[in-house]
Amino acid sequence: MAGPVKTRWTRTEAFNGYLMISPTLIYALLMLAAPLVMIVAYSFFKDGYLTVIHEFTTENYVQAWSDPIFRAILLRSVWVSVLVTAVTVGLAFPVAYFISFVLPAQKKSLWLFLITIPFWTSYLIRVFQWKVILSYNGVINSVLTGLGIVDHPLQMLNSVGAIAVTLAHSYAPFAILPIFVSLEKIDRSFLEAGQDLGESRFMTFWRVTLPLAMPGVIGAVMIVFIPTIGDYVTPELIGGGKLPMVANMIQQNMLKIDNKPLGSAIAVSAMLVVAAIALLFLMLNRRFLRGPKG
Amino acid sequence: MKSPALRLFSLAYLVFLYAPIVLLPVFAFNDGTIIAFPLKGFTLQWFDDLFTNVNLGHALKNSLIIAVSTAILATTLGIFAARASTRFDFPGKAGIMGLIMLPLVLPEIIVAVSLLIVLLGIGIPLSIFTVILGHVLAATPYAIAVLNAAFSSLDRSLEEAAYDLGEGKISTFRLITLPLVLPGIVSSCLMAFTISLDEFIIAFFLAGEQTTLPTYIFSQLRFPKQIPMIMALGTCLVAASIVLLTIAEYFRRRGIARTGGKDTGGFL
Repeated sequence: MAGPVKTRWTRTEAFNGYLMISPTLIYALLMLAAPLVMIVAYSFFKDGYLTVIHEFTTENYVQAWSDPIFRAILLRSVWVSVLVTAVTVGLAFPVAYFISFVLPAQKKSLWLFLITIPFWTSYLIRVFQWKVILSYNGVINSVLTGLGIVDHPLQMLNSVGAIAVTLAHSYAPFAILPIFVSLEKIDRSFLEAGQDLGESRFMTFWRVTLPLAMPGVIGAVMIVFIPTIGDYVTPELIGGGKLPMVANMIQQNMLKIDNKPLGSAIAVSAMLVVAAIALLFLMLNRRFLRGPKG
Repeated sequence: MKSPALRLFSLAYLVFLYAPIVLLPVFAFNDGTIIAFPLKGFTLQWFDDLFTNVNLGHALKNSLIIAVSTAILATTLGIFAARASTRFDFPGKAGIMGLIMLPLVLPEIIVAVSLLIVLLGIGIPLSIFTVILGHVLAATPYAIAVLNAAFSSLDRSLEEAAYDLGEGKISTFRLITLPLVLPGIVSSCLMAFTISLDEFIIAFFLAGEQTTLPTYIFSQLRFPKQIPMIMALGTCLVAASIVLLTIAEYFRRRGIARTGGKDTGGFL
């Protein structure tokens, strides 16, 4: 009896689907899900100087959150990420709009390709180049003093603004592509309808195009905001190590100080803060994410 | 629709995107140890330093081993996932795909730190092998994104025709499916290779005593004397990525054309 039942079950679509996805799923479970569970577990373990004592404690969280330095760093990370997200998405929208609505179809691929190329070239060197551009005797200052616009070079590095510009550059394609995709999906006859019904071009944009493009904008916000908060290289190189963000603090505790439970608690805290902000943002914008009505 | 302001803004944005890259060769060929204007004169010395640097050669060799392994493994895992998600429906599919695609949005430092804890916990020594484990995880979602496009534009009736004509599952895959998605596979390999070659944080945490190209670059950025050589290295890397990406884009478009799909543009 077992034979035919088994044969039938192995022929189902669900079984074949699970079978097909199993190698990738097992890899993700072992290398991603299990480590994430472990880091949460570690954050509740005791630190025994270079070893870890497997005893439950909430001390790491108390220690992290009662530390004013940690709170300042976390607050700075959130502020930088919000700033970077606003700048990146704000600059990306007009570009995505231009590619989708203004350019002829045959030029779109070329522009998208041009926008993605810088993203695939050495991340570290790209970040470092902003140091070259913004530094005291760097490119911008050479131009400004050379043209006599300023008498003394401007101090631009080691500031939150410099970190934000560099990160906005790093994440540019991440913001443009999702917005472009949602703009491409908009039925152009909606816009004609808006104008035929007597709306101005601006009001058509405001009441038709923008709401329909919101899923892409929200996607762009998520894909820029979440990784930005964990950036290690930019605060290190552009902030000169004087403006650490949460990733730098995690690295300190994990490698230099070797307090893995505290490092884990910081990492988990940062993830929870990011998740809370991301969820809040999604909640506030949930009306845009529902499918088109009727 | 004419919008000169929008066009101007978009061109300015491209200048912003390319400014750091355009400056690389400017300083790579500049005969001066300080990275500043005015330029001093033309030299090939920094490229010469580059090719005679033993540590760099070692880091490059490690990075190439890691990147080739990552390309093969991530694309293989990507093929399974893309095939499953485009061909089959099963309960929990959205959740499973969500987990697999998670590294796309998860900060890399979280991936790196959590893997570090597990690897040290079970006593696996850090080496280029552990970097490969991390890079495969990070590159697989990109591979899936590319392969999904290739698999979803595949016409299922072609496979059914092969079954009807008496071909088995494996020979149908080899004779029909594989040739149709091959451009997608090539493009996915190139993309995973490029991501791995450039990845810093995971390698920084998981390489142990070994160096990769990005961790070597990072260690040298502290020394002002080494910067011109890094500029020369950057110039070479940019040239290499542009060549690789052009090939990847060519295969991606050819794949879409071959399966009769419509080009939706972009990698993501």
